[in-house]
Amino acid sequence: MINRRPSFLVYGLLGAFVLGSAFPFYWSYLVASRDNSVLTGDFTLVPGGNFWANATRVFDTIPFWKALGNSFIVSGTVTVSVVLLSALAGFAFAKLRFRGRGVLFLFVVTTLAVPTQLGIIPLYMAMAEFGWAGELEAVIVPNLVTAFGVFWMRQYLVDAVPDELVEAARMDGCSLWRTFWHVGMPAARPAAAMLGVFTFMQSWNDFLWPLVVLNADNPTLQVALEKLQSGYYVDYSLVLAGTTLATVPVLIIFLVLGRQIVAGVMQGAVKG
Amino acid sequence: MTAVLPEVGRGREQEPLPQPARRYRLSKLDNKVSPYLFVAPFFVLFGAIGLFPLLYTAYVSLFDWEVGADDPAFIGLDNYRTLFQDAQFWKALFNTFSIFVLSSAPQIVVAVAIAALLNENLRARTGWRMGVLLPYVASLVALTIIFGNLFGPQYGLVNTVLSAVGISPVDWQASTFGSHVAIASMVNWRWTGYNALIVLAAMQAIPREVHEAALVDGAGSLRRFFSITLPMLKPTLIFVIVTSTIGGLQIFTEPKLYEPSGGSGGGAEHQYQTVVLYLYQTAFQGLDLGYASSIAWVLFLIVIAVAGLNFLITRRAVR
Repeated sequence: MINRRPSFLVYGLLGAFVLGSAFPFYWSYLVASRDNSVLTGDFTLVPGGNFWANATRVFDTIPFWKALGNSFIVSGTVTVSVVLLSALAGFAFAKLRFRGRGVLFLFVVTTLAVPTQLGIIPLYMAMAEFGWAGELEAVIVPNLVTAFGVFWMRQYLVDAVPDELVEAARMDGCSLWRTFWHVGMPAARPAAAMLGVFTFMQSWNDFLWPLVVLNADNPTLQVALEKLQSGYYVDYSLVLAGTTLATVPVLIIFLVLGRQIVAGVMQGAVKG
Repeated sequence: MTAVLPEVGRGREQEPLPQPARRYRLSKLDNKVSPYLFVAPFFVLFGAIGLFPLLYTAYVSLFDWEVGADDPAFIGLDNYRTLFQDAQFWKALFNTFSIFVLSSAPQIVVAVAIAALLNENLRARTGWRMGVLLPYVASLVALTIIFGNLFGPQYGLVNTVLSAVGISPVDWQASTFGSHVAIASMVNWRWTGYNALIVLAAMQAIPREVHEAALVDGAGSLRRFFSITLPMLKPTLIFVIVTSTIGGLQIFTEPKLYEPSGGSGGGAEHQYQTVVLYLYQTAFQGLDLGYASSIAWVLFLIVIAVAGLNFLITRRAVR
C-alpha cells in the first residue's frame, strides 16, 4: 500500500509548483525577447525575436563580459580556497588529537550563528586603508574560509576516514600534511565537491558586500546588474535581457550538477 | 588516538639508526604543531574579517564619525539615544519583522506539503526534486529584478492577472502591506523548494515500521501525517526556522532592488526599508559611519538574541 504509485492529483500539484518555480525565468526571457510593449497591454506568452538585439544593448550599457569574468575569478578562487582550507581544518578537528580541540571546535560551531555581515563598516574602512576598494581582492579575501565549510568537512571526515588509515600513514613516516593530502583529501572528495558547488553559488550570488566595495567599472555580475536597473527610467526589455544572460551560467551548472545539488541539500539536512 | 604515536620511526627497519631518532623528534614536533597550523587559517581569517570588524563596529558607534573625517569626536552613547527616537529605524525594524513573518510562515506550510508530495512513490523522482530546487540556484539579483517587474505598479503581470479575474489592481510598491507581500513572495519563491527538500530528507529518516504499525492500527494517511510525520519533523522544522531567522533579519537584496531607481530608501515613505537597507543608506549614501554602526550593533544584538531564543526553544523541543 505504501509502495503504490501516487495519483494524478499528486503529479498535478507538483507540476503546478514546478511550473511556478520555472515561470519567472521564462518571463525574464519573454520580456527580453520582445520590447516593452509586452508590459503595456499587448500581453502574450509567446517569445519574440528581439533577444539578441536587447542582449547587444546590455553589452553596450554595462561591462558584461568583464563582470562575468570577474564573477568567475572571484567565485572560482573563493571556492578552491574554501574547499581546501575547510578540508584541512575539518581533517584536524575530525582526526587529529590536540589540546583545546573541543573548545576550538565549539567556537567554530558557535560562529555559524554570528552575523559577520554586520561588520561591513569597519571592513570597508580597512579595505579603503589597504587600497583594495574597487579591487577584486576586497571581495575574495574575506571569504577564503567559512565556519560552515569547516563544520561540514569535519562532520563528513569523522566517519569517512578510519582512524587505522591515518595511523598506518603515520607509521609509514608520512608527515601530518602528507597524511592529510594522501588520506584525508581523497576520502573527503564527495563532501568537498558539494561544499564546492554550494560555495560557488553563494559567492556568485553575493551582493551586499560587492555592492559596497566594488564600482561600476570593475563589478561582479550582480553589481553590474544592479547598475543596469538603477536608471530613473527602467527599460525592462534591456534589464531582463541582462538577468537572462546572467542566469544562463548557473542554469548550466544546475543542469549538469543538479542531481548532486539535490543530494547535497538533503544530506546537509540530516547531518546538520 | 591517531596523533599520539611515540614509535613512528620504527616502520622502516632498514634505515640507519641515527635517522629514526631525528625523525622521531621532527615527528613529535609535527604532532604538536601541525594540527594548530591546519586550523589556523580559519581562526586568523575569522578573527580579522569577522570578529574584529564586529567589535570595531561597537567602537565606531561611539563617535560622530563621517566618511573621510580626520578626527572623529567621541560622543558616548549619543548615536544610540538618537537611534531609539528615530522613527525611520523603528519603521525599518517593523518592516524587517513583517517581511520575515510573511515569508517564513507560508513558506514552511507549503514546504511541508511539497515534501509530503515528493515523499510519494513518484516516477522520475530526481527530476521532480531538481524542479523544486530550481529557484534556489537562480541569481538573487536577477530574480529580485524579475519579481520587481512582476509586481510592478502599472503593468506588472500580477496586476494583469488580478484585473483579468475581476480584482482591482494593487499598487504593490506604494503600500506598506503590498510591498511586504511582494518582497516576501521573492523570499518564498526562492526558498520554499529548498526547505521542502530538507523536510523531505527528515521525512525519509522516519522509520518505516512506525508508519506500518499505525497502518495496522487502522490509521488513514491524513491521520498518520498529523500524528506521526508532523511531530517527528519538529526538530527539522525548528532548524529551518532558526536558519531562516538569522538570514531573514538581515534581508537586504530584495528591498534594495525592489526600488527601481537605484535608491536605498525603501520606497518614498520607507514603507519597505529594512534594517540592513537603512544601515546601507546611512553608511554608504549618508556617509555617517558612526550612526550606521549603532544600527549595525543594535541589529547584531537582536539577531544574537533571537538566535539564542531559538536555540533554547530547540533544546526543549528536541528533549
